[in-house]
Amino acid sequence: MSFEILGNKDTRSGFGEGLSELGKINQDVVALCADLTGSLKMDAFQKVHPERFFQVGIAEANMMGMAAGMTIGGKIPFTGTFANFSTGRVYDQIRQSIAYSQKNVKICASHAGLTLGEDGATHQILEDIGMMRMLPNMTVIVPADFNQTKQATIAIAKHYGPVYLRFGRPVMPIFVKPDAEFIIGKADVLQEGTDVTIIACGHLVWKSIEAAKILSDQGISVELINMHTIKPLDTAAILKSVAKTSCVVTAEEHMRNGGLGEAVAQVLGEHLPRPHEFVAVNDTFGESGSPMELMTKYGIDTQNVVAAALKAISRK
Amino acid sequence: MEIVKLEGIASQVRRDIVRMVSAVNSGHPGGSLGCTDFLTFLYFEAMNHSASPFSMDGKNEDLFFLSNGHISPVWYSVLARSGYFPVAELGTFRKLSSRLQGHPSTDKKLPGIRMASGSLGQGLSNALGAAQTKKLNNDPSTIFTLHGDGELQEGQIWEAAMYAAANKVDNIIATIDFNGRQIDGDVENVLSLGNLEAKWEAFGWEVLSMNGHDFENIREIMTLAKSKLGKGKPIVIIMKTEMGQGVDFMVGSHKWHGIAPNAEQLEDALTQLEETLGDY
Repeated sequence: MSFEILGNKDTRSGFGEGLSELGKINQDVVALCADLTGSLKMDAFQKVHPERFFQVGIAEANMMGMAAGMTIGGKIPFTGTFANFSTGRVYDQIRQSIAYSQKNVKICASHAGLTLGEDGATHQILEDIGMMRMLPNMTVIVPADFNQTKQATIAIAKHYGPVYLRFGRPVMPIFVKPDAEFIIGKADVLQEGTDVTIIACGHLVWKSIEAAKILSDQGISVELINMHTIKPLDTAAILKSVAKTSCVVTAEEHMRNGGLGEAVAQVLGEHLPRPHEFVAVNDTFGESGSPMELMTKYGIDTQNVVAAALKAISRK
Repeated sequence: MEIVKLEGIASQVRRDIVRMVSAVNSGHPGGSLGCTDFLTFLYFEAMNHSASPFSMDGKNEDLFFLSNGHISPVWYSVLARSGYFPVAELGTFRKLSSRLQGHPSTDKKLPGIRMASGSLGQGLSNALGAAQTKKLNNDPSTIFTLHGDGELQEGQIWEAAMYAAANKVDNIIATIDFNGRQIDGDVENVLSLGNLEAKWEAFGWEVLSMNGHDFENIREIMTLAKSKLGKGKPIVIIMKTEMGQGVDFMVGSHKWHGIAPNAEQLEDALTQLEETLGDY
């Protein structure tokens, strides 16, 4: 199976377009931003719906608390800031006012992971998926490309409850069809295969597509899953695939601790223990550099997925 | 409502508070007793609200947010006494599977609670969000809040204070329980708030002062506060109270912030508080 590149865009722009469309079709959608309107691509929504756009300044704790309060009376607030300031900085506000209080807030987080690039480790959060998936009531979504981020943005407005939507800054290939349906909690099996299962999320889905091609050229049959929803996790899709391939690689732009890989390992450990290799950042902070340089240096690039797949197969 | 009636309700609420915390040997009687008169006035006179059926969205109702969630006993008692849930349920406070959690929560669906609180400093932000939604919905109702004075040491309060004034959120009346005490001692010694009135004024709020134990004064100041709604400024009332008000051995001491009276102390306290509406 080949993947046609439909264009090249950043996932944050997919969020911006999705939010703009939501503004037109759902009058209850409101947006809050902590001084990063341009970076989050929220300016189009702001321009068309100024009465439903709330600039809170550099005050993320207040933003999260306000978003929770705005749900009382029926609004659907979308908060926008960098992933670091969307999670670690405001964990307790999310925990008490949003997750525990079961509020219909959509926490939309850009510039996640290493691919934020030159700003360095202060901004490169690699723990956010872990923090968010630990919270009861929270749904965690990490879409793979521009089209999927747009589709996910629109889909979460129809889902009642707290959602963490994680996306990023770098321009990456688009491969999800513009008319694809986004179903929360249902994995996309991108390619069927028999030798190894690769489960990826976010930017690592494209890297895994590249890796699957290299592996295929070596005669290895890869089953490739885009696990865009980390929580609730599509355990049926994981078990079905790994029962067939008997080994698995998980790939993500996140710490090994707490991320997609750990979530998958929980499922397999409990129901179907099989060799599992992790492509993820290994208990270290990032640094300044270009996004692609950083992915290589920290071991979350195409070649790392290839090597992990070969190793997983060898352990069968 | 006649003042004597409000006083009677407040006396019963104080009985409920000391009985609730004593029964489970935990909870926060000091601040609860201090805010009894205010919350009684709020729910029995100041607010336009619907106990039954309770609506989470609270459209066309005034809403109340308790930011200092540890004084849950007074809120639970006032909610029960104003018809949100059966008074008998006060006996489940802090017990396993109770809807009356140690700190207020929404997950057990206790009518009257719209937001969890306990981790301090978040209620003003929650209230501002609700206030903005009221405006979007063209709902002329008012948002009321209560905060501890020690709680003002949390930075998020001042993020919210700045936002409210800059954005002219003028459908909110915030109240500070200014009892001067916190867990480790006097607020002045733990971390002084400095000139609190000047701080709120500098943040752009309309500032009023109130005696939280004088229903005449509470009525006068709440009426004045309401007259200032819709004029482009958020309103804050600095309410002077005594921690432990109504029980002579508790009054004015931070030691009763989070300690429950034992059986003997409970008997002593109950002799000082008239049973007016029947104990639960």
